[in-house]
Amino acid sequence: MKSLQDLERIRLKAQERMRVREGEGATKIAVGMGTCGIAAGARDVMAAILDEVAKRKLADVTVTQTGCVGLCEYEPLVDVILPGQQKVTYARVDADKARQIVARHVVNRQIIGDWVLARS
Amino acid sequence: MQQYRAHVLVCGGTGCVSSGCHAVKEALLEGLKTHDLADEVLVVKTGCMGPCDMGPLIVVYPEGVLYRQLTPESALRIVEEHLLKGRVVEDLVYRTENLKPVPVLEEISFFSRQTRIALRNTGLIDPESIEEYIARDGYLALARVLQQGDPEAVIAEVKKSGLRGRGGGGFPTGLKWEFTARAPGQPKYLVCNADEGDPGAFMDRSILEGDPHSVLEAMAIAGFAVGANQGYVYVRAEYPLAVQRLSVAIEQARRYGTLGSNIFGTGFDFDVEIRVGAGAFVCGEETALLASIEGKRGEPRPRPPFPATEGLWGKPTLINNVETFANIPPIILGGGESFASIGAEKSKGTKVFALAGKIRNTGLVEVPMGITLREIIYDIGGGIPDGKKFKAAQIGGPSGGCIPAPCLDVPVDYESMAELGTMMGSGGLVIMDEDTCMVDVAKFFIEFCKDESCGKCAPCRIGVKRMLETLERITTGEGREGDLELLEELGQQIKDSALCGLGQTAPNPVLSTIRYFREEYEAHVRDKCCPAKVCKALLEYRILADVCVGCGACKKACPVGAIMGERRQPHEINTAVCTRCGACVEACRFDAIVR
Ligand SMILES: Cc1cc2nc3c(=O)[nH]c(=O)nc-3n(C[C@H](O)[C@H](O)[C@H](O)COP(=O)(O)O)c2cc1C
Ligand code: SF4
Repeated sequence: MKSLQDLERIRLKAQERMRVREGEGATKIAVGMGTCGIAAGARDVMAAILDEVAKRKLADVTVTQTGCVGLCEYEPLVDVILPGQQKVTYARVDADKARQIVARHVVNRQIIGDWVLARS
Repeated sequence: MQQYRAHVLVCGGTGCVSSGCHAVKEALLEGLKTHDLADEVLVVKTGCMGPCDMGPLIVVYPEGVLYRQLTPESALRIVEEHLLKGRVVEDLVYRTENLKPVPVLEEISFFSRQTRIALRNTGLIDPESIEEYIARDGYLALARVLQQGDPEAVIAEVKKSGLRGRGGGGFPTGLKWEFTARAPGQPKYLVCNADEGDPGAFMDRSILEGDPHSVLEAMAIAGFAVGANQGYVYVRAEYPLAVQRLSVAIEQARRYGTLGSNIFGTGFDFDVEIRVGAGAFVCGEETALLASIEGKRGEPRPRPPFPATEGLWGKPTLINNVETFANIPPIILGGGESFASIGAEKSKGTKVFALAGKIRNTGLVEVPMGITLREIIYDIGGGIPDGKKFKAAQIGGPSGGCIPAPCLDVPVDYESMAELGTMMGSGGLVIMDEDTCMVDVAKFFIEFCKDESCGKCAPCRIGVKRMLETLERITTGEGREGDLELLEELGQQIKDSALCGLGQTAPNPVLSTIRYFREEYEAHVRDKCCPAKVCKALLEYRILADVCVGCGACKKACPVGAIMGERRQPHEINTAVCTRCGACVEACRFDAIVR
């Protein structure tokens, strides 16, 4: 590092990586990671979501996982909770759909009606 | 840089290392690999998180759930339940006294009542990663100071903060910096005192182990302020983990250019070297410490001249404690005034204490000055275990004194502690319950000082030994009328005439216990009785004839054959033979033996 600007650059990058430790973000995305979810491909979905969130530098988003909720035939399930809004559950998500959910629902705040299983 | 959805922080303080955190971390990594989670969950080893009795412990983010007293097996369950399926493992989280589970760290009163400045990063970052330190605004204060280029402004800010030395003396830090800056003579040196010799204290060690860069950054800032280009950290060899993490940090700082030449392109050069000491209490005294760094015997010399004018190799030297330094970057970033808004009238900011003894939550806590002892002991420490009563708090280690129950509501600051006949010291805080004998406690500390005295001056070398001998007589039933007055007179004279702080403060534990627990001393001297039943020579074991069933268990247990009696008949103890080892009490199933 040769200047304050160099420090600033490293700081911003490292902060992004450490954000998880500041607590839960206002927006939550949860992937069903029960045995059923994983069998249906939840792992790829998770990887795609993490990648998309990182690429778009989404600061206030927490990605977590849930267990089996008894809707195994609809897995992989993805829940999206925007601040102050109902939980929206998407069914039969794949990696491609997952990326679109991040882009359209989380970033542009438009629920993708066709894929929704439930709202609660 | 890779993005992880969860971070698992594993406490890697020395306490947790000995309770087995390595195996827990290995199990976590193994479990994450088995479940293909290694790319999603990051495992980080941190410095001491504080609640040492809960170790090995981990915190899982983003939820901030704290799991404690883990084994490799329970760590695997956390992977399978929490990290894979998102379910908190209830039976492994912290519970309050009435067993209510409190999973989230921030809601546990041990943490929520603390104010963390010196410990701001300890337990939260990987101490071996300079980038994690930078993410928490690390080296920003140094960069700003160097860019501004005004050493006097730095000193003014530290003065405004009201920060006082955390190594025990409590001298205003800003003033010390000013003296060193103004002292004639080149080159100037900087020393960080990490000797930490108080028995039971581990504040400085934890900062070095958990956040070494904060000390390095502060040293560079101080170096710029006083005009020094070379710093030394004096650590004891008994702190291998601290030495190792500090070495890693120094090496990283050199690589990133926050130590070395032309720091941040401003032309300022500063470097730090570690000096490992053999671990003598007196080497924490600043003049002895400097002698030790110079390769001489670690013996104090008279002051003045103070190190600020004549220190290492006769040159002006700034010496500050680890915790003092750790407070500097936040003071520069947040401003002296904001720091001064925390704490008490003449004691600004916070103090780190190592809580130990008869208290439910032991470990490391940082609290605003002016807090009462009652709050520390009951709200943060969780009170006294096993339904016992609080008797006294020993604060300040061998240089300090004991505070009795009626003074629990006195604010903890430099002045109030001095009024009570003790001192803030460096942060050792030992809680004692009703089973503690205060004469025995005083004897323990004076014996420590006798062992650690360097022997250079007579009041300490001879006087402290005489005090110890008198206490030994008192605790073995040989106490005489006038002993207490003798201790008081001798203690006062040693305080007034010893050469260095060791001798000057050594009588404190004795004088303060005589002041607050005089009846207990008198019981030892006059009645040859130890009310707390600790001093062995003053105990008499007796068998209650109406309770004893004559089973013979005690007779078998007694190693010296002091117990007599026929089967099914009440037994008796021959006190002339009894060595008061207590083996019979352990052996008796009927509680028939009393002291
Ligand atoms: C016997 C004795 C032991 C001491 N041990 C330590 C110690 O372990 N760590 C420390 O920082 N200061 C210790 N001190 C205080 C130092 O002499 C010195 O005051 C201190 O390092 C100054 O730093 P500060 O102003 O930041 O507190 C000790 C003093 C005495 C008399
Ligand atoms: S007071 Fe004790 S430790 Fe200090 S110089 Fe004298 S003999 Fe040495």
